[in-house]
Amino acid sequence: MTKITFVDYEGASRTVDAQDGSTVMENAVRNGVPGIEAECGGACACATCHVYVDEAWTEKVGAPSSMEEDMLDFAYDVRPNSRLSCQIKVRPELDGLVVRTPERQA
Amino acid sequence: MTTAAFEMIETDVVIVGAGPVGLFAVFELGLLDIRAHVIDILPKPGGQCAELYPEKPIYDIPGFPVITGQGLVDNLLKQIEPFQPTFHLGQMVTELEALGTPEQPRFRVVTDAARELHCKAVVIAAGGGSFQPKKPPIAGIEAYEEHSVFYAVRRMEALRGRAVLIVGGGDSALDWTLNLQPVAQRVTLMHRRDEFRAAPHSVEKMRALVAQGAMDLRVGQVTGLKGADGWLSAAICRGPDGTVFEIPCDAMLPFFGLTMKLGPVAGWGLNLHENLIPVDTEKFEASTPGVFAIGDINTYPGKLKLILSGFHEAALAAQKAHRYVYPDRKLTFQYTTSSTKLQRKLGVA
Ligand SMILES: Cc1cc2nc3c(=O)[nH]c(=O)nc-3n(C[C@H](O)[C@H](O)[C@H](O)COP(=O)(O)OP(=O)(O)OC[C@H]3O[C@@H](n4cnc5c(N)ncnc54)[C@H](O)[C@@H]3O)c2cc1C
Ligand code: FES
Repeated sequence: MTKITFVDYEGASRTVDAQDGSTVMENAVRNGVPGIEAECGGACACATCHVYVDEAWTEKVGAPSSMEEDMLDFAYDVRPNSRLSCQIKVRPELDGLVVRTPERQA
Repeated sequence: MTTAAFEMIETDVVIVGAGPVGLFAVFELGLLDIRAHVIDILPKPGGQCAELYPEKPIYDIPGFPVITGQGLVDNLLKQIEPFQPTFHLGQMVTELEALGTPEQPRFRVVTDAARELHCKAVVIAAGGGSFQPKKPPIAGIEAYEEHSVFYAVRRMEALRGRAVLIVGGGDSALDWTLNLQPVAQRVTLMHRRDEFRAAPHSVEKMRALVAQGAMDLRVGQVTGLKGADGWLSAAICRGPDGTVFEIPCDAMLPFFGLTMKLGPVAGWGLNLHENLIPVDTEKFEASTPGVFAIGDINTYPGKLKLILSGFHEAALAAQKAHRYVYPDRKLTFQYTTSSTKLQRKLGVA
């Protein structure tokens, strides 16, 4: 199992076991991690699953696709390490991944 | 503003919501000789399919191994063409008033464009609610919503001579930038990156205006607002490199897409359960006789928020609506394949 840690805007962290092939968003929802709404259920159509990827992980996680970049326009307080968590697939290399959830989803 | 005279319309059924389910309701009602008017706040039909995922594939529409959101909407529009529904787009249904009796209900439906419709039954196919502009979560933004912050432009004149900041990178942001540039004292367009989702020709026009010095383009995001008594004086912004700067402005138009909010449905005297309308599974009728709720807006044991479920609900609701529209006529069950009567209605026989 791959472990993912979600840190909320107040600094509280939660680590969950994630199945490879699932998305980071799905693991947040399944484990009731607050701060991720995922209104569209992972279709890259709502931008309410916005996260900041921990700087140590941005390279491994990779950059957003152009469709995701377009959708990030609808998120609030977008930073260079912003991603939509429904577009990050869990893989063994991401074991230990840390992502931060924003104060508010747009 | 003078109060516009209400335009009165008389019809059999009013459908609230032009999503896939509202559209298919036109078909099922039409087969039973019931005329419908369809109202939606969006400027185009199609609901979530057209607004949220026009290009994405759907794999669970019976008979279509794959079809895009817009493809489904286009097909539905073609399918309901024989019944010539009247669309009232870009209008919000604000009021629904029950008149008449439970056996013979009548309704008065009012839109925010001063249109008043009278009908014998109402089909609420309002999905997740009406689409409304997203408000960016900037602290204190509400205080400016009356005088300085607008999520839609109702009257361009209200912005004449003002310093307007437009935020966003899609078609709404670019279209309003181009429309307001000649009217405003100065237009500044701000977007978080120097790439735009909007139609390329609008982007080109905008860049040409910037090159002529006729407007400003800034890359960044609004993080705070400055002003007094509800009037904005500047937006506090952060550039991509983290630098903080201010843009003086007395009007701001943020375009961050649309989100669904239940909206006026909550005030129509219907029983609601967690923002959904409970219905029975025989007629899909709400607590008020003559009001049907189908598609994503309803709830009942086992409800699945799927397009195909909404289609089934439309067919059954239409059967009961027939009783209200034609109390004296008997309904006989017919297939479109074999009934010449139905085929005549469809314009194929
Ligand atoms: C990204 C995504 C992918 C999806 N994929 C699938 C899939 O693969 N298969 C599937 O079956 N379903 C899918 N769905 C769900 C499907 O889109 C919905 O079930 C369907 O759109 C519901 O249709 P509807 O007509 O009930 O409501 P909607 O499509 O929500 O339309 C309701 C309309 O009513 C209007 N409205 C509401 N209130 C008012 C008012 N007071 N005045 C005026 N207008 C009003 C709204 O503006 C809206 O246009 C998906 C949804 C999303 C977001
Ligand atoms: S869940 Fe909607 S964009 Fe990720």
